Amino acid sequence: MSVNLSEESAQVSAFELKGSTFTLPLLKLLVPDMELVSGQLAHKVEQAPDFFRNTPVIIDLQSLASGDTGVDFPLLVGLLRGYGMLPIGVRGGNRSQNDAAHAMELAILADGRPPKPERSSRSETTQESVVVNAAAPVVGAEAGSRMITRPVRSGQRVYAPVGDLVILSQVSSGAEVLAAGNIHVYGALRGRALAGVKGNRECRIFCHDLQAELVSVAGNYRISEHIEDSKRGKPVQIYLKDDALIIDEL
Amino acid sequence: MTRIIVVTSGKGGVGKTTTSAAVAMGLAQRGHRTVVIDFDVGLRNIDLIMGCERRVVYDFINVINGEANINQAMIRDKRCNDLYILPTSQTKDKEALTKKGVGKVLDELSESFDYIVCDSPAGIEHGAKMAMYFADDAIVVTNPEVSSVRDSDRMLGILASKSRRAENNQEPIKEYLLLTRYSPQRVKQGEMLHVDDVQEILSLHLLGVIPESQAVLSASNAGKPVILDDKSDAGEAYADVVERYLGQELPHRFLEVQRKGLLGRLFGG
Repeated sequence: MSVNLSEESAQVSAFELKGSTFTLPLLKLLVPDMELVSGQLAHKVEQAPDFFRNTPVIIDLQSLASGDTGVDFPLLVGLLRGYGMLPIGVRGGNRSQNDAAHAMELAILADGRPPKPERSSRSETTQESVVVNAAAPVVGAEAGSRMITRPVRSGQRVYAPVGDLVILSQVSSGAEVLAAGNIHVYGALRGRALAGVKGNRECRIFCHDLQAELVSVAGNYRISEHIEDSKRGKPVQIYLKDDALIIDEL
Repeated sequence: MTRIIVVTSGKGGVGKTTTSAAVAMGLAQRGHRTVVIDFDVGLRNIDLIMGCERRVVYDFINVINGEANINQAMIRDKRCNDLYILPTSQTKDKEALTKKGVGKVLDELSESFDYIVCDSPAGIEHGAKMAMYFADDAIVVTNPEVSSVRDSDRMLGILASKSRRAENNQEPIKEYLLLTRYSPQRVKQGEMLHVDDVQEILSLHLLGVIPESQAVLSASNAGKPVILDDKSDAGEAYADVVERYLGQELPHRFLEVQRKGLLGRLFGG
């Protein structure tokens, strides 16, 4: 039987593109003075040379992002490489800093992402993501809170990185809504809601009709099975008291 | 202005192809030039349901690949002059569909058709995404059953975010809910979701309810869209659906258990 070779090779994939997560050391730059950096870095490397050899690092510019402080990237990159480190990207920089980094072929990385309920606070994580999450349309996104007016459908994820999240419709089963602040759902909450994702234990979740799959405040979560039947289908607020998640009827 | 309608669902086997055929025939019967396109590459069905499987020479993929022009691939329905069918390939697979290729075909069809009905494959992968990308309207076909409702909800999310209208920040795709295989008897017995429950879970405008009907199987075996069986409940329900889509307000029928009179019970039917 003769095989059509071109047809066969057309069916064999050459590669796969996937999203993946890596834990990498973050060098948070606090001063733009390269001489000072160089001296202190030399000292650190001396203490643990193997830790730094062949290590990819991310440079965090958040402390220097306000104001006009330019960072001498060629010098910094050369310095890091000299110690065996592999600077691969920056985050938290302002426009001109990002442009300078880009010129040195450093990637511009996103500024933090919604963390999962249990995660260690010591190491920073960066995510190489090729898959884009479908997001519900945003209306009136002021600095501080996000407002969503259409239903959040199954499979969608909405994140308010600063402040509250207000949803003027339902959250379907299989959808996720997350906020650094409070979450208000003026409709049925059937999916997952995680408030206070950056650690604020004072945050609350409010909804008109509790049917959630999972609720969480600052990492303390409860799944649907452990939600009392008496609270289902009612308007409630959910908050932390000491370490316990309380569900109160409104 | 041509309207591109995608008939989609997420879940398989809920009645997308049956609906595509019925709605396309219904629109054409009312004088609108309509073409129905099969997007289920490799598992083609529209040609069977429309009864033109013995007349397929070239197909949608041939046109995309430039191997044939659109007039060579389109098949005119024998029963209605305003209805055309564009079947798809059975031997190729979904990778043959490209955004550019599909867009070009739809642009060409928009020059001479009032309605383009895109029959989507099941799932949320490439074929389904290509079918819904260019749509103006979406008929989301759902069975009154939990997994179908959840899959439809997922599909609604994708329609709201991954379509061309969403990407260009234009007015979003107009979404319609079509509940199929509805059995008022089973709803009454508490075995099946009520139409109100489905509407509440999906919060979507109800285009119509098609009752569970034996006419659907008979029609597909005979190769004729069920809307042509105008004595059947499903046929009548689809006629209502087309009228509602075109703007007429009609009450929803077939939601209650039909009480048969004595003669009806004696002679069945």
